[in-house]
Amino acid sequence: MAMTAFAIIRLRNLFAVVMLSGIFSLLAASLYVLLTAVDVAFTEASVGAGISTLLMLATLAITSEYEKKSERSTLLPKIIVTVTGAVLIYGTLDMPLYGAADAPSNLHLIPRFILQSGTEIGVPNIVTSVLASYRGYDTLGETVVIFTAAIGVLVLLGRGRNRWRPGMRKPVVPEEREEEV
Amino acid sequence: MNNHSILRVVSKFMIPFIMLFALYVQFHGDFGPGGGFQAGVIFAAAFILYGLIFGIENARKVLPASATRIALACGVILYAGVGVAGMFLGGNYLDYNVLAATATGGQHLGIFLVEFGVGTTVAATMVTIFFVFAGQDF
Repeated sequence: MAMTAFAIIRLRNLFAVVMLSGIFSLLAASLYVLLTAVDVAFTEASVGAGISTLLMLATLAITSEYEKKSERSTLLPKIIVTVTGAVLIYGTLDMPLYGAADAPSNLHLIPRFILQSGTEIGVPNIVTSVLASYRGYDTLGETVVIFTAAIGVLVLLGRGRNRWRPGMRKPVVPEEREEEV
Repeated sequence: MNNHSILRVVSKFMIPFIMLFALYVQFHGDFGPGGGFQAGVIFAAAFILYGLIFGIENARKVLPASATRIALACGVILYAGVGVAGMFLGGNYLDYNVLAATATGGQHLGIFLVEFGVGTTVAATMVTIFFVFAGQDF
């Protein structure tokens, strides 16, 4: 995964970058499987490796395939990234070991979910019962976020797309095609 | 990509199975890994594959813009509506226990409907975003 990340930073060909980020997502999905988080792995594989790669490719089709060389100095961003990364790694030092029984996250709600959800919810997959029932509000919020994303895309790209805007390649002949989108 | 006969034949063969798998993931989410979100993405992938191979115009004939927009809203309404239905039946918002005669039955029904709402919205969103992006033929 680290190698893919470095390759993504170095490459200028955006097509290869999109493909590598798909590979990165797939590797992350395998990592989640190793951590026995199959639901998360499933989501990562279908969304990260599948749909987002596809949407990126669709974006590349309407923009350029090569990244422009930046003229500005990269020193300050490098320092910020290094410091942030160091702080994050320092933060992980305090974290309990993976799967430790006395980890705070394993002490409060998880035992209750594991012991009670069978009788309270009656759904064999505890992840589903937590997601849809115990955390119903959160999932409702996520659904609304996705809905908002679609509305945003429709407002930005779907409606006035026949109008010429700065940044378009060439003016488009106005047509009555609004309903197609 | 209209002229690649292998792609056309294979994708025509695959699309029903992709949709079937999406439905399996949707309705089997209570028992195995999966759920509305993943199922919606897989279901959308079937339409996106069709759009890639046979062109956006043809895909729009199968799934018109009005249909995806209605589905987009219906998913959220279904989710929120399950919550409101729980309120009318005497529970809290998004409390599924009151939806059926027994608490677990209500939970089953609630989770089923809620996941279906999530799946509908996610599928419609993905299809909308892709078609709008790919339809920018300038």
